[in-house]
Amino acid sequence: MMAPIPALRLEGIVKTFPGVRALDGVSFEVLPGEVHALLGENGAGKSTLMKTLAGMHQPNEGRIFIEENEVVMRTPLEAKAKGVVLIHQELSLAEEMSAAENIYLGELPTKSFGRVDWKTLYAKAGEILKRLNCKFGPQTRVSDLSIANKQMVEIARALTVNAKAVIFDEPTASLTDAEKVVLFDIIRDLKARGVGIVYISHRMEEIFTISDRISVLRDGTYRGTLVTAETSEDEVTQLMIGRSLDLSRNEAQVEFGDVALEVRGLSCGSLYRDITFNVRSGEVVGFYGLVGAGRTEIAETLFGLRTPSAGTILLEGKEVRISSPVDAIANGISLVPESRKEQGLVLGMNCRDNITLPQVDDLTAGPFVSDGAELAIFEQYRDRLEIKTPSWRQAVGNLSGGNQQKIVIGKWLAMRPNVLIVDEPTRGIDVGSKAEIHNLIRELARSGYAVIVISSEMPEVLHVSDRVIAMYSGEIIREFTAAEVTEDNLVQAISGIRADKVA
Amino acid sequence: MADTSKNAFATWLMRNPIWGFIVIIFVFFSVSNEYFFDLQNFRNILVQTSTIGLIALGMTLVMINGNIDLSVGAVVALAASLAVDLQSWGVFATWGNWAILPAVATALAAGIALGALNGFIVWKTGVDAFIVTLGAMIGVRGLVFIYTREESFFASNFAYSDFGSSSVGPLPTLAVLFLVFTVVTHLLLSRTVHGRNTYAVGGNREAAVNAGIRVGPHMMINFMIVGFFAALAGVTLSSQMGAATPNLGRDYELWVITATVLGGTKLTGGAGNIIGTFGGVLAIGILRNGMNLMQVPAFYVLVILGVILIAVLFLDKQLNRRGKQELKI
Repeated sequence: MMAPIPALRLEGIVKTFPGVRALDGVSFEVLPGEVHALLGENGAGKSTLMKTLAGMHQPNEGRIFIEENEVVMRTPLEAKAKGVVLIHQELSLAEEMSAAENIYLGELPTKSFGRVDWKTLYAKAGEILKRLNCKFGPQTRVSDLSIANKQMVEIARALTVNAKAVIFDEPTASLTDAEKVVLFDIIRDLKARGVGIVYISHRMEEIFTISDRISVLRDGTYRGTLVTAETSEDEVTQLMIGRSLDLSRNEAQVEFGDVALEVRGLSCGSLYRDITFNVRSGEVVGFYGLVGAGRTEIAETLFGLRTPSAGTILLEGKEVRISSPVDAIANGISLVPESRKEQGLVLGMNCRDNITLPQVDDLTAGPFVSDGAELAIFEQYRDRLEIKTPSWRQAVGNLSGGNQQKIVIGKWLAMRPNVLIVDEPTRGIDVGSKAEIHNLIRELARSGYAVIVISSEMPEVLHVSDRVIAMYSGEIIREFTAAEVTEDNLVQAISGIRADKVA
Repeated sequence: MADTSKNAFATWLMRNPIWGFIVIIFVFFSVSNEYFFDLQNFRNILVQTSTIGLIALGMTLVMINGNIDLSVGAVVALAASLAVDLQSWGVFATWGNWAILPAVATALAAGIALGALNGFIVWKTGVDAFIVTLGAMIGVRGLVFIYTREESFFASNFAYSDFGSSSVGPLPTLAVLFLVFTVVTHLLLSRTVHGRNTYAVGGNREAAVNAGIRVGPHMMINFMIVGFFAALAGVTLSSQMGAATPNLGRDYELWVITATVLGGTKLTGGAGNIIGTFGGVLAIGILRNGMNLMQVPAFYVLVILGVILIAVLFLDKQLNRRGKQELKI
């Protein structure tokens, strides 16, 4: 029996950076018509491998084959010409140009004197967009598109050539569930055309939905390949982090303290309406819903970043007005924002200064900031949260996602808040650190904080919450206790099906 | 141990390549020109650079904030005109040398007020600081011409111009002034809460807001600081000349930004320091002085300075890009 010829094959790839062996003899292959998932914690070498595949890095050792012909790819354009296309996690589109121009960026069809051949461009781009079932035309400006549609433009880019292998890097990171379905249809369509697909994601459920085989990297080395149909999440996780991960349901805690935060009839224009809930100290309340359901906006209102149009906020029974983050912090409310890089951290600043940023005013000795006081706080939270960094001087931008998130959490814990709001606590964080952050949230609640967790990942909400509030389109649909909530009724609730209709 | 301190020095030099550059040009001019290595010449360099230097201190804060102030040159002219003109007003006729005091105070207050106005507009309208201060640069220069009726003012009180050429011990007063403010601003930026917030606001404005920093008032304070320094530079410059002309301070914004950027401050904000800026100011001062002593024609000096600006920043980018790749896996 003849084995099929792999669309793309790597053999013994070694890539070193000064001081680091990022890839250590990694071999990997993807067959035509196969979805091959690539898994590994942050820092395991996934992105380096991917950049090597796409011609952005040159390996120090090892060989790359396309359909068993050895190739050298010096640039992404060269890789693309040979049929290997990378679809970036961070969208790299020219926002002010049309979809068509973006799709053919760098290779616009031209007429004499270098004039752009618009007619051909729009015709060709339109054809590709149609193939992807896109509902927008080739002349649409990219800045007018939703994130999901921008991703479609990225994918369309890959289809301008006769791609033999397409690499998806965390493609669902910012997609809604409905958009995910469309993406998976496209991946299946590519698969049916015999394209080999490398699929990189942290989300286990997706990998089990879409992939045929799973390869695991750990610390820059290849750890093995599993056939998806014959393995389990547990086995994959073990391979990836060397132990299994507990994502069992949270045992509801019986004893809670007094109501720390109460919200009555809070509304904010069309973003959300008539929101009423409370959080007791020692309790974790999870907010679950689709992207755009209004969860983040409620958090932003509680933190003073938005002004509500109606309703009241009570802290320990007293009504408060919160019109800025300054007020929120003074009232003991802290927010770990949705996107840590954009909203949470000063990436160029060191770890210590990021942690002490909100309270640096209180750490002065005379006119100057006290180094000792700052260092004491940094060390306290570094040890408590097990932040891994070579020194406090390290710029936060150089840490891994999990450690960055811990810095943000540490920053707000250091403020000793009464109410801690955590928006998407584990977005873009590897599995091992996820568990750590989940445990941390549970532990914080046990030590008396009132915690609100907003998340788009159902297992996460189920795992950490004592109560779950399901939101749909700006309204609270239903509130569940940990005992009541199941995946099924939660899915129904956030799809807009009311409990009374279900019952 | 010696190895780590050597490493720390190498890292420091990599972050502040301008000081390596200063050593090179210092040695070059010392060897190639007999008049350069001379105490009196060093005093000259300090006095010549003090005007640009003072403004650059304030500009560093504003640029680390992620803003810029193009109106500093016009503020120099306005402050100089006010300081020279007011001391000869009739109301102060009986004040003697004390008449200088309200004149200088008004000049400095005008600088601070214009800085506050720039900052307030940037804060409240959200228009880019480049545009706001470009408008201020044109508008304030217009005000200067209206106010002076296109004429130069001359200081009738010699005490004023004596100040510009006086000395404190071995050092010229203006050089001392510059050095003292350099130290003060360095401490402000590196050791105080305001300094810390300056980096945070420039590094990530949204994160700064989320950390409870009042970003608007904070930026306004930095505009007031650069306004103060521009006005102070106007005062020192006019006391050196014993006069103020409406065209004073033209192109100063460009020299100040050049010095600041040479010192490693990023136009995008979040990075920079006063030691670097001080280096940038000295580098320009040494280059101009040295080439002047070597009798390089003035226009060639400009060409060389332009080339050096780009070359140093290219070097900086190379050094720091390599630094990044080392850390990023």
